[in-house]
Amino acid sequence: MSDVVKMENIQHSYNKQTVLKEVDLAIPEGQLFGLLGPSGSGKTTLVKIIIGLLTPESGTVRIEDKQMPSFQLMQKIGYMAQSDALYNELTARENMQFFATLYKIPKSKQRERIVEAADLVNLSDVLDQTLETFSGGMKRRMSLAIALLHQPGLLILDEPTVGIDPVLRASIWEAFRKMQQAGTTIIITTHVMDEAEKCDNLALLRDGYLIAQGSPEDLRTQSGTETLETAFLHFGGAGHAHTGNR
Amino acid sequence: MRIQAIVKRVTRQFLRDKRSIALMMVAPLLVMTLLWLVLDMEDYIPTIAVTDAPAPLSEALEEQDAAILETDASHGKEALANEDADAHLLFDNNQPELTMEGSNPTATSAVQNVISSAVKQLNPNAPDLDVSFLHGSSDLNLFDNTGSVLIGFFVFFFVFIIGGVSFLRERTQGTLERMMATPLRRWEIVAGYLLGFGIFIVIQSIIIAAFSIYVLDIYMAGSFLSVLVTAFLLAITALSLGTLLSAYAKNEFQMIQFIPVVIVPQVFFSGVFPIESVEWIDAIGKIMPLTYGADALKAIMIRGEGLSAVTVDIAVLIGFSAAFIILNIIALKRHRTL
Repeated sequence: MSDVVKMENIQHSYNKQTVLKEVDLAIPEGQLFGLLGPSGSGKTTLVKIIIGLLTPESGTVRIEDKQMPSFQLMQKIGYMAQSDALYNELTARENMQFFATLYKIPKSKQRERIVEAADLVNLSDVLDQTLETFSGGMKRRMSLAIALLHQPGLLILDEPTVGIDPVLRASIWEAFRKMQQAGTTIIITTHVMDEAEKCDNLALLRDGYLIAQGSPEDLRTQSGTETLETAFLHFGGAGHAHTGNR
Repeated sequence: MRIQAIVKRVTRQFLRDKRSIALMMVAPLLVMTLLWLVLDMEDYIPTIAVTDAPAPLSEALEEQDAAILETDASHGKEALANEDADAHLLFDNNQPELTMEGSNPTATSAVQNVISSAVKQLNPNAPDLDVSFLHGSSDLNLFDNTGSVLIGFFVFFFVFIIGGVSFLRERTQGTLERMMATPLRRWEIVAGYLLGFGIFIVIQSIIIAAFSIYVLDIYMAGSFLSVLVTAFLLAITALSLGTLLSAYAKNEFQMIQFIPVVIVPQVFFSGVFPIESVEWIDAIGKIMPLTYGADALKAIMIRGEGLSAVTVDIAVLIGFSAAFIILNIIALKRHRTL
């Protein structure tokens, strides 16, 4: 299997504070890949670098062997931001139509894609309500549906299941699995251990350093611990402890 | 297609925000009306207290538009102090002495006018001056004079606020970044915004200009279309400036802080107040878009000139807009370098 995302020696800082250091990461095609780390560890920055919103100070990102940022590649990526970036004055359908058009989905296909995506996140019944009436969880699902609209080959989800109840979370994970089977590579960030457990491979991030990589099983055996949580502590302690607060 | 999507979305959002529509369309009319009430008044009639004046002068004064109050010396002073009179004309041993109340410049100059006309009337040798007007008329009052400038100002002000704040909201609610995660080009965002708001700007310009000219009956010598073109260009400048400056505001409150810094000073130099002809003061006005818009509006509305006479103003406004638009496209690099 080839690598969809390849990052080499990524370094980035905000206001002279280094947020990412020496990050090398390869994400194989078709995987459900998790970026695990506490808040402030640099997950979102890393994600923004992958989708091309940020250009790192040094290092390169290649997607399908082409250098980011590139408009051509952006067309192939689905992105769900950490905060819901939606237009509250508009209805769910209007929001989806807007983003569908930005991705140049032809009008004839839009209707069908919107219904499919809304169905996947259980929002079919409320498609014509304005988002002002939506709960936090509904908006989260709306964002996810928008990320799926153009059937991207690479899906990048920044904390996708925050504020979603356990039942729905399970069904969303099921949807991830289905998309994965259809050939989609999925990258999700999380700080929840039991979600990380469900990923094929994980990269542990702490204070801007990648402290470990591997499948959840690998990580546990490597560290000789029983749970991911203790494994995380193990790698964190042994690696680059207290190098900053990011 | 993408630009069209932004235009459609911006329009939809704005149409659902009834209050902002009201601010953009109705608020300027309200303010213009209030201004008209304040500025569009008849000439001030001064009250002059007179003591021991010779009979011919008293008669002459009364023939002018002035209220005369015959008093003795002490009551005259009292009338001034109580603001019952605007001036006190006292003849002491046939020597005239005029004391002004002085706190109101309009009243002071009205008194001066009345007295000088009366004196002229007493002196038959004074030449009778025939006054005619190249532009305007003797009826051109403060509202006619400043109104043309203020039309430009209100268009500028309201468009700046609404355009700036709504673009800012794209930043704060994260939708700008979300759009940037799609293959949308930076210039397409700016173009979409200009076109989307452009529709409302045209409507607003028509409403404000038509209301001022046909309802408030502001002095208008030129063509309505020329006024519209100027107002529209001024509004596009305001919109591009507002969206540009929103890049340097973290929230709505910071956006409002641009008003005293960026908007209010423009009024001072736009011709509402007569500017001293000191070159460096004039130069300050030269860097402000409103100066050019106001200059063109004045030329069209008061001097009745056509667009061909204000091509410099129009070119400068287009130049300002183009510069702000390009700067905005560059400023968007903050959200995505590509």
